[in-house]
Amino acid sequence: MTKKIKNLNLNFGPQHPAAHGVLRLILELDGEVVEKADPHIGLLHRGTEKLIENKTYMQAVPYFDRLDYVAPMNQEHAFALAIEKILGIDVPIRAQYIRVMFCEIGRILSHILNVTTQALDVGALTPSLWGFEERETLMTFYERASGSRLHANYFRAGGVHQDLPVGLERDIAKFCETFPKVIDDLENLLTDNRIFKQRNVDIGVVTKEDALDYSFSGVMIRGSGVPWDLRKSQPYDCYDQLEFKIPVGKNGDCYDRYLCRIEEMKESVFIIKQCLAKMEKGPIKTFDGKISPPSKKEIKQSMEALIHHFKLFTEGYRVPEDEIYTAVEAPKGEFGVYLISDGSSKPYKCKIRAPGFSHLQSMDYLIKGHMLADVPAVLGSLDIVFGEVDR
Amino acid sequence: MKNLTDLEKKINSELTTKINKTKIKHNQIYIEIDKEDLIDVLLFVKTNKDAKFRQLIDITVVDYPEELQRFKIVYLLLSHEFNQRMILSYYISEKEVISSITSIFPSANWMEREVFDMYGVNFKDHPDLRRILTDYGFEGHPLRKDFPLTGHIESRYSEEQKKVINEPVKLEQNYRNFDYESPWEGTKYIKEQVNTDDKKN
Repeated sequence: MTKKIKNLNLNFGPQHPAAHGVLRLILELDGEVVEKADPHIGLLHRGTEKLIENKTYMQAVPYFDRLDYVAPMNQEHAFALAIEKILGIDVPIRAQYIRVMFCEIGRILSHILNVTTQALDVGALTPSLWGFEERETLMTFYERASGSRLHANYFRAGGVHQDLPVGLERDIAKFCETFPKVIDDLENLLTDNRIFKQRNVDIGVVTKEDALDYSFSGVMIRGSGVPWDLRKSQPYDCYDQLEFKIPVGKNGDCYDRYLCRIEEMKESVFIIKQCLAKMEKGPIKTFDGKISPPSKKEIKQSMEALIHHFKLFTEGYRVPEDEIYTAVEAPKGEFGVYLISDGSSKPYKCKIRAPGFSHLQSMDYLIKGHMLADVPAVLGSLDIVFGEVDR
Repeated sequence: MKNLTDLEKKINSELTTKINKTKIKHNQIYIEIDKEDLIDVLLFVKTNKDAKFRQLIDITVVDYPEELQRFKIVYLLLSHEFNQRMILSYYISEKEVISSITSIFPSANWMEREVFDMYGVNFKDHPDLRRILTDYGFEGHPLRKDFPLTGHIESRYSEEQKKVINEPVKLEQNYRNFDYESPWEGTKYIKEQVNTDDKKN
């Protein structure tokens, strides 16, 4: 007599250390094999897009920090670029280098978090302890430039908020000397580690075709062998003046994506070094008084500056009617802002395109037929942060 | 095609009546179509060897509550091959149902669910049209312009009932939206001066 066995439905999350936030994943299991995965998202939904529609352009910037909160400035960059393109303003070269430098710092921040927590998910504790020490150093750089470790609110349309404080450039340069050693240490722990490889090699394989079909971007598409990076293909700010390589994977599995991230960190250090070398003294935001606020000193002396200051912080600047989509290569993939302005000082519509959203969507396709224990590994290598998925 | 203008010509000549308007701006091509032609146009730009818009970046909606055709549905597409971006759009009225494109782009699944959730636009032939970002049992469509910023309900833990309950929103002070926009446009002669200067440049 054969017994009929029913599939088991398992709730993974919403509170689970390996879910990287608030993900409720409903898994249908046949024994230990996953038959179906249905992610329920939205537990961190804050209505960012609705809020942005009700704020002036300058007030909207902090909301971008709270999307992908492990690499805040990369998001601000996309928004700043969108406004700049509509207004048609040029960003001073020093500001461009500062922005690119902090974006690369953000990339390292994000990749350290991802690589080390992925290791944690598959059972290695040490990398996260080593990695987080470096993240702390990087976040002090954020703090020294913007005043805040996480929610920077530093980029503006037309440049950055303030110039770098004295000594920060030197300290970042120092960090660039010591950090490659830490990457090597991490690699020593993980790259040839037998357990790490057993858990990641040939897990969650994405083919080239599927990577395109499922709207993958960033490391997810490069890991599958598509050489596509917006910093190279559609360069923004001063990326076209910098030299860097794009690491591309071969097999499209979790292990290749891990390798890509490690290599990208090395490239990021290289970019930061170039930025520091090329950066010269100069203005850090556009001179247009109608867009960037005057300095405190000017306000004390000039009537016009005072008026500008008052208008900017009450009404805000107006952006002419237009429709635009701009994207940047955030650490997790293509982060885009689709902005519709109506001539007023508030965006009429601001759709945020988060890379994690389409990556998480493919969970069902990626995990089907894998074991339950592979779920955290695949989820880890997707690099999900719920701030941006749920918006 | 390497060039956006060539692509614009190509699309206009191949699809003729299906295209209402095209324009190139910000290094992107904007195309306006009719609702009925969506599938044909998408299939064309995805498969044609001169376009190859293989990736759907996002689907979104813009709400214009005063208009008769209230929603503008927007599709953002990317061609890796030619490094080009396309913004495809059409207008529909509130009650209209549009066809799902999940059969062409699998990634449209969640994007359409989001559009349904946020704007209440219905899709035909969608495999799994549920709410995605809002809470289970949520009512209304938050990104519509007539949905209040503060929402309709708030949640709290009730000590008496020993569970989380939803109540109508009660605020100590209503949400205040100050209108700082000044009607002041500057004196006439200055404005004229600025305009003529702009023309000269």
